[in-house]
Amino acid sequence: MNPKVVNIAEERRTANDIESKKPEIVIALAGNPNAGKTTLFNSLTGLRQKVANYPGVTVERKEGVWKLSENAARLIDLPGLYSLDATSLDEQIARNVLTGKLADLPKPDAIVAVVDATNLERNLYLVTQLLEYKIPIVIALTMVDVAEKQSLEIDTKKLSVLLRIPVVEVTATQRIGTDELAGKVTQAVKDNQNSDDVLDESTIHLSLQDDGEINKKIFARYNFISDVYQESVKRKQTEERSFSEKIDRILTHKFFGLIILIGILLVVFQAIFSWANVPMDLLEAGFGALGDFTRTNLPPGLLTDLIVDGVIAGVGGVLVFLPQILLLFLFISILEDTGYMARAAFLLDKLMSRVGLHGKAFLPLMSSFACAIPGIMATRTIENPKDRLATIMIAPFMSCSARLPVYALMIATFFAGQTIFGFISLGAVLILSMYALGIITAIIVAFILKQTILKSPPPPFVMELPPYRLPNLRNVLQSMFNNGWEFLKRAGTVILAISIILWALTAFPRQTDVTSPGISQNQIAPGEQEAVSNITTGDESCGCQLPDQMQIAEQEKKAEEEKQGLALRNSYAGQLGHLIEPVIEPLGFDWKIGVALIASFAAREVLVSTLSIIYNTGKDSNEESEGLISAVRDAKKDDGTPAWTPLTAVTLMVFFVLAMQCMSTVAIVRRETNSWSWAIFMVVYMTILAYAAAFLTYQGGRLLGF
Amino acid sequence: MKLTNIPNGESAEVIAISGNNRITKRLMEMGVVPGVSVRMIKSAPFGDPLEISLRGYHLAMRISEADQIEVQSERLKVNGSE
Repeated sequence: MNPKVVNIAEERRTANDIESKKPEIVIALAGNPNAGKTTLFNSLTGLRQKVANYPGVTVERKEGVWKLSENAARLIDLPGLYSLDATSLDEQIARNVLTGKLADLPKPDAIVAVVDATNLERNLYLVTQLLEYKIPIVIALTMVDVAEKQSLEIDTKKLSVLLRIPVVEVTATQRIGTDELAGKVTQAVKDNQNSDDVLDESTIHLSLQDDGEINKKIFARYNFISDVYQESVKRKQTEERSFSEKIDRILTHKFFGLIILIGILLVVFQAIFSWANVPMDLLEAGFGALGDFTRTNLPPGLLTDLIVDGVIAGVGGVLVFLPQILLLFLFISILEDTGYMARAAFLLDKLMSRVGLHGKAFLPLMSSFACAIPGIMATRTIENPKDRLATIMIAPFMSCSARLPVYALMIATFFAGQTIFGFISLGAVLILSMYALGIITAIIVAFILKQTILKSPPPPFVMELPPYRLPNLRNVLQSMFNNGWEFLKRAGTVILAISIILWALTAFPRQTDVTSPGISQNQIAPGEQEAVSNITTGDESCGCQLPDQMQIAEQEKKAEEEKQGLALRNSYAGQLGHLIEPVIEPLGFDWKIGVALIASFAAREVLVSTLSIIYNTGKDSNEESEGLISAVRDAKKDDGTPAWTPLTAVTLMVFFVLAMQCMSTVAIVRRETNSWSWAIFMVVYMTILAYAAAFLTYQGGRLLGF
Repeated sequence: MKLTNIPNGESAEVIAISGNNRITKRLMEMGVVPGVSVRMIKSAPFGDPLEISLRGYHLAMRISEADQIEVQSERLKVNGSE
């Protein structure tokens, strides 16, 4: 080991590294978006990487361990950058990393600048800026094979001489050039002291024409680059139409481009809406079974209830989102990697900019029809913070899949089989209207937000349309898993905490008779899912079951359901239902619906199971259960009048379209905006809006005689 | 003339970028500086944004942004048409 390296390492250790096990050398990886930076990062670090956020902001922070020749280095993957001068968050973060301003990250010992050979001039622009940081730089020249196919020939040695920076040709996917890169970087770290002089020489070109004005500086840099380009590129790109341009004749075609875009969005939508259901159902069933198993094997009591109804149900409630998130990010990273995402924004920008949003807002909003959580996470692709915030604020208006059970129950109960003009299903029209209501509200709210609190000068749209490339499987999978893990870490804890609180609200104060278990409770898990009672009976009977045993089981189940209903009605949630009754009365809701509304703040679909418990039809009823449907139909208010009318049902649906009734979404908004105030603002304005709309629906409907 | 006046498929040389705002800077950082040759590719289905090519890559920008770019037509370098 070279003594100087040890020296630097020692200094670093004493000065900065709290954990002495961490590698001492810090290397920053910088480059334009689409230059092959992620592929190189993955190739250099393998699986030794971690993804987090820079403190206080939601810019992704990727760091890995890179085994340099003898010692390991911390490799910091900077966000994809075109420039370091501008004010975007990514660029500020990159500057802070390069100047060593972050508390837990020493100033890098060297920079690996990823430069795309097929796009040399614009890629070198960032390099001219990196030169100013007086940190040794090594250029990793990527896409050389692609450049050769375009009959573009780059004299790497000449380029290196002109820039006075080592240049290494790299094909990261096949690990070609990575060893040489490691060697050159090690050398650059060693030679640290000499590099300043060299760098000064190469920047003289720039400072000559630079009289402080930023635009002149940019112009000077590009002049310098043009000189370098002229001398180091042996054969220039032919002006013939590129492969990407040919593909774009169809993909951004005025007509077919839009058709294909809609097709792609439908596939994404289909995937998160229906394909994800398979693993989601499995997860739900799995956690249901785990809950039953736990309940059967633990003595009944408060702790068991907390574990089963609070913790296991809560963890299940977090994990159930994972399939959708993984699938959505699979598609997003494929769309980004291939270069299509920029085209989608290009196609839709005009449409989206009418309400003040960026073209890139389309995919997050589309995804929110399945679930707002992956949708809100997907807004990370929108660079302008205010545009991103506006998109986050309206995403929950898209009718997500959790609202469907509520719509379905209301329609099955009050509008089943009814038609308009004899052939159009009234239920279908109602569901469609609910989707439309959400979309129209979102458009209006986005417009208002962009005119008021999120008003900003339109950010430059100026956006690269990168060449089409085949997605790199490893990058795609890595991005998918990183995002899934991030979700579990960032939102999971909050969702879990909230579900435990909601459990407590519905479980306390405890009924005395609930705490005195009958013997039967140990045999038949109280009020549990059909699946388990089937297993239980199946195990015991093998088809030769005695009828009275079944009857007893049936009676016990019935009694248990009634007990559950009673417990809920007397719980804090039940008391809250009574408390809010005067407020929700003008919407036509009684206190029982109030309890269900409170419980559904955990997740919208909880309304269905809560109504089942309140109406004593058993927790395992779903929106298609005949028992629950007739119970809702027959339910009476305390004064004996019917609790539900078709108008109440429509009012409830309107309320569900607009209200922020999803704690997981609140948690993810808190994480993504890095502030509770935006999360709270969302809950407040959406709930007010929902109340107002439900009020108008119910009172207006009554005036019209419904 | 302005960049927006250049028909699809034709090339032009950038003379100046007017204004001194974020968009000016962003355009210049992306390589749209005086002297560079750009080619108009097409406009998006709803007429806006536009796609141009320069320095071997493709760039999209809104019409309002392209209006800041002053160009000189290079009729001699016409590369076919759509």
